[in-house]
Amino acid sequence: MSGIGTGYDLSVSTFSPDGRVFQSEYAQKAVDSSGTVLGMCCKDGVLLAAEKLEISKLLEENSNRRTFPIDKHAGAVVAGVSADGRAIVDRAQGEASNYKSMYGDAIPGSVLADRVASYVHVFNLYWYVRPFGVCTMLASYDHNGPQLFMIDPAGTSHKYYGVAVGKGRQGAKNELSKLKLADMTVKEAMFAAAKIMHQVHDGEKGFELELAIVSDETGRLFKRVGKAELQEVEAAAKAAIEAEDLDMSD
Amino acid sequence: ESANGGASGGPHTGTTIVAVAYDGGVVLGADSRVSTGTYVSNRASNKITSLCDNVYLCRSGSAADTEAISDYVRFYTSQHISETQQEPIVKSVASILYQMSYNNKGLMAAMIVAGYDAKEGGQVFGSPIGGTLVRMPWAIEGSGSTYIWSFFDDEYKEGMSQGETEQLVLKGIAHAMARDGSSGGIIRLVTVSKDGVSRKVFQGKEIPLVLGDMAEPQTNAATVVW
Repeated sequence: MSGIGTGYDLSVSTFSPDGRVFQSEYAQKAVDSSGTVLGMCCKDGVLLAAEKLEISKLLEENSNRRTFPIDKHAGAVVAGVSADGRAIVDRAQGEASNYKSMYGDAIPGSVLADRVASYVHVFNLYWYVRPFGVCTMLASYDHNGPQLFMIDPAGTSHKYYGVAVGKGRQGAKNELSKLKLADMTVKEAMFAAAKIMHQVHDGEKGFELELAIVSDETGRLFKRVGKAELQEVEAAAKAAIEAEDLDMSD
Repeated sequence: ESANGGASGGPHTGTTIVAVAYDGGVVLGADSRVSTGTYVSNRASNKITSLCDNVYLCRSGSAADTEAISDYVRFYTSQHISETQQEPIVKSVASILYQMSYNNKGLMAAMIVAGYDAKEGGQVFGSPIGGTLVRMPWAIEGSGSTYIWSFFDDEYKEGMSQGETEQLVLKGIAHAMARDGSSGGIIRLVTVSKDGVSRKVFQGKEIPLVLGDMAEPQTNAATVVW
């Protein structure tokens, strides 16, 4: 790996001869090695999921929070350097609050995504800062319907039906592409997300699944899925995986 | 409101301004008199200005202040439209106006924001001096409005049609113009609905006749009504 960008990768304000900004690409590597994070935009809402790898057996349950409300109608999940993620979420919350003060209404998903992307991008322009090592997924549900956006470390924002980043992204993207997300409900998506997460999880250490949704059922409020419902969904997902394994081993 | 005695502080729109919401849109109405003291500096002014395609503003108080405010609000609204890539909701435009009004308390501007958006239909927001912003089914401002509060209290009904609402606004302003020396000239109406915007002017015979306790005019060679 070392030697790829030699000489042109010391600063984010330097282009390589073939037009690449290596520091931005290296920031993406930080995301690629983090726990898997999924986003799914369905017909009645949006779902965000994070694979929280066990960093310590002494860690209190639920304390390593990965999903965050941005406003009542919107939320985010971050993948990568979690401290960087917190900074971005803080900014997003500020933008949402500021928009509401100025314009008297909840910030539209596309505007929030643009503002977060602008902010992230700024850190790719100057030599005296480093880019955020974070992919941010933004879920929102307003009068424009449910929307899912992802902002990468370079500050590029795209709108998605389904997206996955992190360690298990290859397998997750594969599974996501098989789903017809536009026809699914968030409830169905929760089960699908749990199944994907358990399937792509890379073995030895355990992980905690964190799910958050904003849907018709939640009254269009962004909420974390509670322990009871989470356990139900995970149990069903694990059972489905086992059943498939049995089928395959016939 | 009119200056004390002679011309002091520049032109004021003595004014009667009205906006009434109906199911499907709003009707904004205003008189056209601008006075500098007792001199009518403009007898056909336009006190209803556009902030964006679907939101209009009725202005009263200091003409200079309200024109400056509406220029700023139009500018910020246009930036807002660029950012959202959508037609703005009336509440957002009203909110921008509120920021300017509330944070600059030296301004003498009593205004009414009214417009139509698909989310909430026709909406009227009153913005009196001081910068309050409050949504109402109908709003009136200006010196002439004092004479027609009871008229609107009595005559306004929910569920009126566009035509009925226009007649109500016309009648109300005619009443105010009949009693308020600082309101007069022609009546301008602007109707904003999902079908767009229509502007109308009513002058002379088209303005409802307010006789009060005066006798019906007898038309003969010696009597000229208008």
